[in-house]
Amino acid sequence: MLLKEVAFARSGDKGDIVDIGLFAFSKEDYALIKEQVSAKRVKAHFEPFGATRAERYEVPNLLALKFVVHGVLQGGASRSLRADNLGKTFGAMLLKMPLEP
Amino acid sequence: MGSKTVRIGAGLGFYGDSFLPALDVIQNGRIEYLCCEHLAELTLAILKKDQLKNPELGFARDLIPMLKLLWPEAQKRGVRIVSNAGGLNPKAAAMAAKRLAEELGLRVKIALIEGDDLLGSLAEFFPLKHLQTQEPLPEDIKDRLVFANAYLGAAPIAQALKEGADLVLTGRVADCSLFLAPCLHELGWGLDDLERLAQGTLAGHLLECSAQVTGGNHGGDWEGIEGLENIGYPIAEVGDGSVLITKTPASGGRVSFDTVREQLLYEMHDPSSYLTPDLILDITQVRLKEVQKNSVLVTGAKGRPRPDSYKAVMGYQDGFMGQAILGYSWPEALKKAKKASEILTYKIKTLGLPIEEVHTSFLGFNSFFEELADTEAAKELNEVYLRLAVRTQSLKAAQALSRLAVPLALQGPPTASGFIGFERTRELIGLWPTSVDRGAVDRHVCIKSLGGDEGAS
Repeated sequence: MLLKEVAFARSGDKGDIVDIGLFAFSKEDYALIKEQVSAKRVKAHFEPFGATRAERYEVPNLLALKFVVHGVLQGGASRSLRADNLGKTFGAMLLKMPLEP
Repeated sequence: MGSKTVRIGAGLGFYGDSFLPALDVIQNGRIEYLCCEHLAELTLAILKKDQLKNPELGFARDLIPMLKLLWPEAQKRGVRIVSNAGGLNPKAAAMAAKRLAEELGLRVKIALIEGDDLLGSLAEFFPLKHLQTQEPLPEDIKDRLVFANAYLGAAPIAQALKEGADLVLTGRVADCSLFLAPCLHELGWGLDDLERLAQGTLAGHLLECSAQVTGGNHGGDWEGIEGLENIGYPIAEVGDGSVLITKTPASGGRVSFDTVREQLLYEMHDPSSYLTPDLILDITQVRLKEVQKNSVLVTGAKGRPRPDSYKAVMGYQDGFMGQAILGYSWPEALKKAKKASEILTYKIKTLGLPIEEVHTSFLGFNSFFEELADTEAAKELNEVYLRLAVRTQSLKAAQALSRLAVPLALQGPPTASGFIGFERTRELIGLWPTSVDRGAVDRHVCIKSLGGDEGAS
């Protein structure tokens, strides 16, 4: 099972940081992502992009988790060589993470 | 909401956003203010290039066509406009706006706010430390800076509104402060009234990306959202303890729990401590309630006193990007594109071009996901495009890439087609965020006015 089945996401850039909001579809889904989608896993997920650090914030009032992933934009959108220089697809990429049902 | 409220509409959400939804908000949204956000982090780098070519530029040039469309309607309805389109040159933006007002026969008072631009007085703020890493500013970056701007707050904008401005033009201002300013002015909030200020900052944060809260770029049920081709921009009705987010009835898009919570967390980092120049916003107690179709009531935003410093972002020249994009068809599309990439890389090497980094990806296969792309999907691709991007300090080397790529039409693997994007050499700008002493910046901040009953003052 993929994270995509229990949540949606949106991401954006701040300098060399990608900031990802992850939104569970229900309370049960929120409990699941809170348990399984750790900062450590998210950092490992984005290590191919050079992630140096990832922070996680729990936002139960919005059934959401927030991830702040450092070092993944080649120094920032305006110096990046990537097709997605603004980190807009990082949310979608996170949704590929496998979960235990 | 029993107490007094103010209705604010969102204009643009970035340099290049469309004007028509803003016109709809003015005509049909019963708004009193329209706030327009033109400056993403990298926009100042674009404006700097304009200004180097022509000292009368350096502001977001879409301001003038935008005002041309919106101003007559806004003036008729008493809607005042706040915009950060001043960019690196608010004075030139205000002069251009004044010329437009004369052309349109409008009698308007224009205010401009300066003082965010630190490049000329940067030495006053040394030593600077990187906002995240705390490292000192490297000497070689110092010599290549093209802009350095502090994110100012809402207070000077509110002051300009108090002095009667119909249009307030700023340079770099925190996005949400553009929206908080009308709340300060209309609702008479004090700068230390954190509970109320939090509502205005929250409203600003929700509106600053225009259609991103009304169903645009929505990661949830995007297919179920009707009328994306006619999407409405958001409207906030801000009161003492709450914010109502809505849109005009005839416009497309959606305002719902999902679209609002998605924008609420957008680019915010720590939800309990969103740093703005006006206060530190805490949204961890926020409640969202769909009170009617396309109207969400937001309550529970909290505020703590603002930091003693301003965030500032500096940009420095960091070479050039050259890129080549060309496509290959089935069968074995990816194999062909990879071969083309090898040929190009070989040519770059043998010619000794001063290239620092080559970034290869395949559009339609992995240009976004790179190593996370599903390789199974590559087996029977109908077509795929090679995108080869290079980083170099030499503009000539960046441009040379295109000349190397074109001969592949006849010299490389079969079916090379769809030659696009060869000339898109781009100047690269590195970003260096920092924080600067608030008092020292404030000494440079000033409000000037043009037009109306006064001349320039």
